[in-house]
Amino acid sequence: MAANRDDPADTGVSRRDLLKQIGLAGAVVAIPLRATEPDAFEQIRTTTTAAVSGERFETLTADEGELLEAVVARIIPTDANGPGAAEARAARYIDRALSGALAGSRKAYADGLAALDRYSRSTRGASFARLPAADQDAVLRDLETGSAAGFSEPTASAFFAMVRAHTIQGTFGDPFYGGNANFVGWDLLGYPGVRLVVTADEQRLGTTLTPIRRSAYEHAMFVKATARRSEIELPLIPADRHFHGD
Amino acid sequence: MAIRLKPTGVVVVGLGAAGGVAVLPLAQAGIDVIGLEAGTWLTRKDFAPDEIRNNVRAWPMAVQKANHEVPTHRSNSSAPTTRASSHPMMNAVGGTTLHYWAQHWRLNAWDFKVASETTRRYGASRIPKGSTVEDWPFGIEELEPYYDKVEYEIGVSGQAGHIKGTIDRRGNIFEAPRQREYPMPPLRSTGFLDLMSAAARSLGWHPFPGPAAVNSRPYQNRSACMYHGFCNRGGCHVDAKNGPHVTTIPKAEKTGRLKVVTRAHVTTIEVDARDRATGVTYVTDGVEYSQPAEVVLLASYTYENTRLLLLSKSKAFPNGLSNNHGQVGRHYFSHATGHGVTALFPWNINAWYGLPAQGVAVDDWADDNFDHAGLDFVGGGNLWVFSDRRPISAANMSTFGRAPGWGSAWKKFIMENADRGNTAYLQKTTLPYEDNYLDLDPVVRDPLGFPVCRITAEFKDNERRIGAFIQDKMDQWYRAAGALAVQQGAAGTMGPSTHAYGGTRMGDNPETNVVNRWGFSHEVPNLGILGASVMGTSGAHNPTGTVQALAWRTAEYLVKNWKAVTT
Repeated sequence: MAANRDDPADTGVSRRDLLKQIGLAGAVVAIPLRATEPDAFEQIRTTTTAAVSGERFETLTADEGELLEAVVARIIPTDANGPGAAEARAARYIDRALSGALAGSRKAYADGLAALDRYSRSTRGASFARLPAADQDAVLRDLETGSAAGFSEPTASAFFAMVRAHTIQGTFGDPFYGGNANFVGWDLLGYPGVRLVVTADEQRLGTTLTPIRRSAYEHAMFVKATARRSEIELPLIPADRHFHGD
Repeated sequence: MAIRLKPTGVVVVGLGAAGGVAVLPLAQAGIDVIGLEAGTWLTRKDFAPDEIRNNVRAWPMAVQKANHEVPTHRSNSSAPTTRASSHPMMNAVGGTTLHYWAQHWRLNAWDFKVASETTRRYGASRIPKGSTVEDWPFGIEELEPYYDKVEYEIGVSGQAGHIKGTIDRRGNIFEAPRQREYPMPPLRSTGFLDLMSAAARSLGWHPFPGPAAVNSRPYQNRSACMYHGFCNRGGCHVDAKNGPHVTTIPKAEKTGRLKVVTRAHVTTIEVDARDRATGVTYVTDGVEYSQPAEVVLLASYTYENTRLLLLSKSKAFPNGLSNNHGQVGRHYFSHATGHGVTALFPWNINAWYGLPAQGVAVDDWADDNFDHAGLDFVGGGNLWVFSDRRPISAANMSTFGRAPGWGSAWKKFIMENADRGNTAYLQKTTLPYEDNYLDLDPVVRDPLGFPVCRITAEFKDNERRIGAFIQDKMDQWYRAAGALAVQQGAAGTMGPSTHAYGGTRMGDNPETNVVNRWGFSHEVPNLGILGASVMGTSGAHNPTGTVQALAWRTAEYLVKNWKAVTT
């Protein structure tokens, strides 16, 4: 039993090594890194900071994808303060998730994006993706406040809240899921990256930390599967927003 | 027809915080134990520091049995019923201790005597109207040796504040006397926590590092904490978080007396024609098994403990097992942990790393640590400031009315302030009431066709008044530390919680309690019940330390009284 659930060969780092390096030795040493899927991470690193538009989508249709890219680019815009959701490839994150963990939201995206475009054409005379930024923002505000007509399920405000939540996930989440390309989201926040070991000095006030640009899954010890995920519908609202301690 | 398995001494239903601890004293005494667990083993390699999987997609909670059995909730019997989309508890060997915060508190002495002490100090009229609160059948001195055992066996880091009458101002000066120090020093402080401690002292308060079931240094051949910041809703990548899955369960297995059976979904506790439990029935992959045992220990968490008893109907117990006095499901409450307070600082606080158990506490306003003579409530709250933030949660921070929720202005706000927000965790005394209870939902069923648990409960005036009082104290503390703005959150509801109490309350009187002072059913002598479902009060601190001390005590009682319990 013990061997099965604690096989050093599976983790890429043995308990003894780990204890020797980071616990019993007292000194702090980085846990060895061994990317087992170099191709996947190559993709994270080589994505240019420029937004890639017209990319093939895995779940969404080309029209839906174009609309979604336009929406995420207004939620977290590229502006004088640097790159935003476009460069982070938040739309790619959403597109991939809609065939996986967010599959239950596929229809909501289809219906919501269609309603958005209809509303945009009827009130502004053009597809949302073709509108000037200021007009796009005005349309999105109408969705957010629920005043946009032509939405049923999801409602305009529920659709906006869903896309906003997913855009934040795709911009600031682990790049393993297709977003936060080139770590632009973490850089935007000043998040210094995933560390497996954090020292006392790194928790002092006024410390400047060197950013580590590395997906959690570039650490070979972690299983990449999303675990034995159940078939239940997953919550749209990040668990963190329901503040509740354990 | 169920496959009948070889009889055993004790069958434990659920290998979480409670059952996972009880197996050790049993196995060490040479008793054969079968531990049934609905989940599976998870290991360090399952615990990637991945905010999307752990926090956004609610892994590892969003797996397995519990999520098919999410209790429904209504505020009162005429309010609409709602159902949350996921359960905050998880199924695994070790249970929710895999992803919990690992705060490992003892209760205060007052928590055991709320009824008598409130009456003595303020008069009987100060016990909130409708509350069914009773004194525990014993005081904290009875539980102290078991707190001590568990702290050393599991491994708890902390700073004692009161050892045998001697107060140490580095620790919690309000705590009940303990026999010795914690086995490990407290988790280290941070720059921000030092600042908050100094601010508390400037107010005349008594800040101290809280107790954590996390290794502050290597302990029992496991690593010290790495402070990496993914402890909240995530498991530990170096096994420094001390759940039963890395401590008591493996140790019990080594005796050769504990057999762990994973993916076992218990559906019924079986009884004979009189009043004795004979074992349990469980399902794995659609196959039904019957596991006979001389003693059944039910340790499946508060909602499921009540549900399994109510589902286990028989001739002798037509209203559910151990429910001939109608007490199963009564005296339910979930800890008032809403009413959060969030602060915005004018400078970075460097709180990207660390863990929720790495924090600074103030207990000056907890329970009955202060005079309530001029107040309109009894009880109080623990103030807890900690270091715990990840990028998605940071981007979702409050904008304090200073920016819209998206677009360029929002982006500018979070760029400036992502490392300047902090939210305190405030746990408040919560009491049981006549009309707050658990039963079976009349409509919603799990995939096997059994009704799920239904919560009928709401916070009452006493809880709301504590909340408002404690929020003001936290507000004052943040401002003393230099906060620019402070926001107070809403109370929340009594829906499914990781701090759920009652349903099988412990007490000497069988008319108002399900289990006796040893944790065994008043009606079914060889059925023991473990977990916060036996607790009649919550105090202002996390339940796990108390749950584990009680579990050890019940197991030890069984070892010493095996003949009396089994015949």
